[in-house]
Amino acid sequence: MAEPTLPIIDIRNVSKSFKLQGQSIDALKDANLSIRQGEFVTLIGASGCGKSTLLRIIAGFEKPTSGEALMWGKPITEPEPQRGMVFQDYALFPWLSVRDNIAFGPTSRGVPKAEARETVERFVEMVGLGRFADAYPHQLSGGMRQRVAIARVLANEAEVVLMDEPFGALDAMTRERLQEELLEIWARTKLTVVFVTHAIEEAIFLADRVVVMTPGPGRIESDNPMLLARPRDIASPEFNAIRREMSGKLHSHHGKKAA
Amino acid sequence: MKSLGLALIVPGVLLVFWHIATTRRWTRLIPTPYETAEYMVDFVAGGIYNDAFSATAHIHLLASMSRVYGGFGLAVLAALPLGLLIGRIPLARKTLDPFFQLMRPIPVTAWLPLSMILFGLGPRSAFALVFLGAFFPILLNTIFGVKNVDPKLFEAASMLGCKGNAQFFKVVLPAALPSIFTGLRLGLGLAWFVIVVGEMTGVPQGLGAVIMDGRTLSRTELVICGMIIIGIAGFISDRIVVAIGNRLLRWSPNHHG
Repeated sequence: MAEPTLPIIDIRNVSKSFKLQGQSIDALKDANLSIRQGEFVTLIGASGCGKSTLLRIIAGFEKPTSGEALMWGKPITEPEPQRGMVFQDYALFPWLSVRDNIAFGPTSRGVPKAEARETVERFVEMVGLGRFADAYPHQLSGGMRQRVAIARVLANEAEVVLMDEPFGALDAMTRERLQEELLEIWARTKLTVVFVTHAIEEAIFLADRVVVMTPGPGRIESDNPMLLARPRDIASPEFNAIRREMSGKLHSHHGKKAA
Repeated sequence: MKSLGLALIVPGVLLVFWHIATTRRWTRLIPTPYETAEYMVDFVAGGIYNDAFSATAHIHLLASMSRVYGGFGLAVLAALPLGLLIGRIPLARKTLDPFFQLMRPIPVTAWLPLSMILFGLGPRSAFALVFLGAFFPILLNTIFGVKNVDPKLFEAASMLGCKGNAQFFKVVLPAALPSIFTGLRLGLGLAWFVIVVGEMTGVPQGLGAVIMDGRTLSRTELVICGMIIIGIAGFISDRIVVAIGNRLLRWSPNHHG
């Protein structure tokens, strides 16, 4: 156990620029963000605000142009099992059954077979896919596929779950169910979740902190603690008030820019 | 059952047309379906004409099959590793891909004279042509499969702890498998396609040789029998590849031949 003051994820002055047709584009500029273990943080903003770039830097898929990204105080240099990623388009291995997709991480890390099998079964049940354990991804609905993707990182003992608009491609009903299931899992475990979305309601419903980001160049506009008691009622006046406030912060940016 | 009935309509109509055209003497050079069937029985089992070709079908079929599967097998052994290499390693791609792209458009049949010089008149030449015919579809589809693995799958694998060379076996190979199978299927089809040309060059045995002999002897029924056997053998070998593919690629939503 690390000392309690040390954040699990620490982003210090991180900037990221891409070369596009000879021009340098700032995808992310001077981002600072520190996340404590067990927190549920949502990153929200319009496309081009750098939220996915920030998430990919935390994952280790991309390196910052300047600044540093730390986990438990150590620089993040490459993707690692303790930071599991859940992609919007699932990125399941289509040739593996539900069970084998979930087993992919443990087997890759050389976890003993018996132990891996037990872990896999536990997470298959946790996400309610017991009946579909032998099915292939293409036979599942979008919601079920995303459950597999979540189980896959949990079974791999991820401490931080990074989610890149994971419910963006799902219908509203499935989306709500998965949000609730995710909160249940989060409450039961000591997981830290960094969740990227462009849906304000989703961001507020889920998060301990909503980080609002704005584009051109991508930057963190504000970091807002969500103090509403859980479970949250999206129809309540309090929820609405916060939604209005967040919406204002998201769109304030457009006023400043000559559109 | 219903689909079998539907599949038999076109062959049935053609057979009726063949029968009418030959019994009405629209052409005198082509035998009737009945004569051909009779000859086929003799060709396979003998006992009707008892000439040089009676009861020899299995000899020719086996000779052709050994060249088809031998050349195909050799093509798999060469094209598969090369394809994996070119698809995966940029240096190999830059060195080899332009060469193969340049060779590919040359029809296999155009190689016939050269292959006769290099391998002589006889089975080795046929073998070489089959190899060439099967080589390119397998090579190109393997390269395509390896190059077109969804990049997200590499990210998913590496965040789950599978890195570097381990990804080759756990991600690249299975992801490229549907493409590789398409290549194998095309390659085997082309092998049967090429065998006739390959066996037209002074090979004593083989279905291509039978067709060639039938032509020089003006025995059209022999030509037709050879064609039918090649058709059936090619069809069966394709079905086998498809069956294996369907089994190995159960997971793939768009791979059911």
